[in-house]
Amino acid sequence: MPRLERRAEPSRLMQLGAPMLAAMLMLATGFLIFTLLGKDPVAAFRVFFIKPLATSYGLGELLLKTTPLLLCAVGLALAFRANVWNIGAEGQLTIGAITGAGVALAFGDQPSAWILPAMLLAGIAGGMLWAAIPAFLRTRFNTNEILVSLMLVYIAQLLLAYLVHGPWRDPAGFNFPQSRTFNDWELLPLLFEGARTNVGFILALLVALAAWFFVARSHAGYRMQVAGLAPAAAAYAGFSEKRNIWLALLLSGATAGLAGIGEVAGPIGQLQPSVSPGYGFAAIIVAFVGRLHPAGIVLASLLMSLLYLGGEQAQMELAMPAAVTGLFQGLLLFYLLAADLFVNFRLRWRRAAIAPKPIETAATITAEAAP
Amino acid sequence: MTDVLIPILVSTVIAATPLIYAALGELVTERAGVLNLGVEGMMLVGAITGFAVGLSSGSLVLGYLAAAAAGVAMALVFGLLTITLQTNQVATGLALTLFGVGLSAFVGRPFAGQPIAGAPAVSIPLLSELPVLGPLLFRYNLLVYGSLLLFFAVHWFLTRTHTGLKLRAIGEAPQVSHALGHPVARVRYAATAFGGACSGIAGAYLSTALTPMWVEGMSAGRGWIALALVVFATWKPLRVLLGAYLFGGMTVIQLYAQGFGLHIPSEFMSMLPYLATIIVLVLICRDPKTILLNQPAALGRSYHPDA
Repeated sequence: MPRLERRAEPSRLMQLGAPMLAAMLMLATGFLIFTLLGKDPVAAFRVFFIKPLATSYGLGELLLKTTPLLLCAVGLALAFRANVWNIGAEGQLTIGAITGAGVALAFGDQPSAWILPAMLLAGIAGGMLWAAIPAFLRTRFNTNEILVSLMLVYIAQLLLAYLVHGPWRDPAGFNFPQSRTFNDWELLPLLFEGARTNVGFILALLVALAAWFFVARSHAGYRMQVAGLAPAAAAYAGFSEKRNIWLALLLSGATAGLAGIGEVAGPIGQLQPSVSPGYGFAAIIVAFVGRLHPAGIVLASLLMSLLYLGGEQAQMELAMPAAVTGLFQGLLLFYLLAADLFVNFRLRWRRAAIAPKPIETAATITAEAAP
Repeated sequence: MTDVLIPILVSTVIAATPLIYAALGELVTERAGVLNLGVEGMMLVGAITGFAVGLSSGSLVLGYLAAAAAGVAMALVFGLLTITLQTNQVATGLALTLFGVGLSAFVGRPFAGQPIAGAPAVSIPLLSELPVLGPLLFRYNLLVYGSLLLFFAVHWFLTRTHTGLKLRAIGEAPQVSHALGHPVARVRYAATAFGGACSGIAGAYLSTALTPMWVEGMSAGRGWIALALVVFATWKPLRVLLGAYLFGGMTVIQLYAQGFGLHIPSEFMSMLPYLATIIVLVLICRDPKTILLNQPAALGRSYHPDA
């Protein structure tokens, strides 16, 4: 009978291997699901994972969908590292879309080079504002940020619905619940001919780079990290807990807000009742699959983007429900969490002579705190 | 007056019932020290299972049993990961919700837009025909009465039984309980499964009684509100009951506000339950001692006897 045994030190190999193992298990489960649904699994796999990438347009779409996922996940990873559970990125994204679009609707009628930067800044500010609510309530009133940030998602979506059905509805839009379409100077410039990828992708990569720098090289990033891994040590060192919570939420809100305005000033081109197919929630999975590390998150967001594209393709060609994407997303995170077991434990087929006592070092704590 | 007030009170009870099931289930889970943030996902899976089985078998009772079983299955996945495999409870709970949202939408596609005969109201001779008390007390479907029964059962179990005491001890101090020979993992599995069953039934209530149909994501945050209710109730069953009626009332007010000539856009009225959740959480958590004294001490921490 195999038994679990705690490793003396977390395995570096498994830390990197777990996401791959999880992705493979997800694919295997997908194979099974396709077979059970009576689809030829090989053909279904081609539609789901290969076909979206077969054209340059498809590759462009991959980068396009990667952008909001990458932005949200990089911000969330900063918060999760500090043990701050912002799960309302979807709401911060929605508010970012609203505030950014608000700038365009208010000032965008005349062409100007300043409109687009102002929209982006307004989007960032909007996301930060929405994330400031759970930060304030947590630091001032000790209120759980998980529940507050999630409730604010619903409120943000209802606010958006109100605006596009009411005051911001395009008067010339045949009563459709949407704002006027944006002018050229209000849209992010495209990167290539023949694809919809825009400069938002470059921005997202820069944000990921900045996040890496923040985590690895800045004192503020270091303080957040310590607060997440060993709160008692952080308190002893005099790092302010409140400051960390504020910083974690404001940073993750800022990137989510940027993702929101990036969608509206990018592929969507106007405000609609829905500006995101759950990017803010999928980004939670991306952050974990990417090991809360900016480089890993770039890879994980590409994978997640492919799941979205594959889902759309399967919907069109195989008449599969769009929800297959959500199913794969959930499976991926489950498998990752399960595979993470092997970071801290190993399977032993025989009882060890002396059970090694776990040593509380910074390394074991690190491995435990990283979920 | 009564012809306005009675429908409001009746709809309040009807809207509160799923919250009572989900929150009481989660309360028992949390009392054992397990924080399962997957309530929303378990509710959705319960909703589609109850609907699909109820529709195809023609028996709603069978549907509810299946919904409870589906909730248990989801909860056991969570238990396997957090209790046996020691994963982080917050992350795993989020995963369970995301998985449940996807799974229910995937399985439920063929059932979208299909009609189902909703759960019938009971009809008790004489009592149901009473003028005011009849509609107010004796004309609900059976699940509404079941939710009250569940409340008494949970209250009795936690405060009056030996097993309930053990469960609470495990939620407060798993090491000590283990040393005393109590089966920590087994009790935590059972408490998690119970929470899953309750969430599953809460979901099935949505799709067969509250609005008898299946819509993707139809729980609309009720699972999260149930989680907030447990905090609001400071982990006490009676306060869960009161809190659920308060929130039920909140969702009903928005429907009647228009009728009273209040011209607030409907979107703002729909925000009420979510806003109320935040406000209530702030009021309860304002004093850190309230939480410190009432929250199970080992809530959210995994426990491994060798570790």
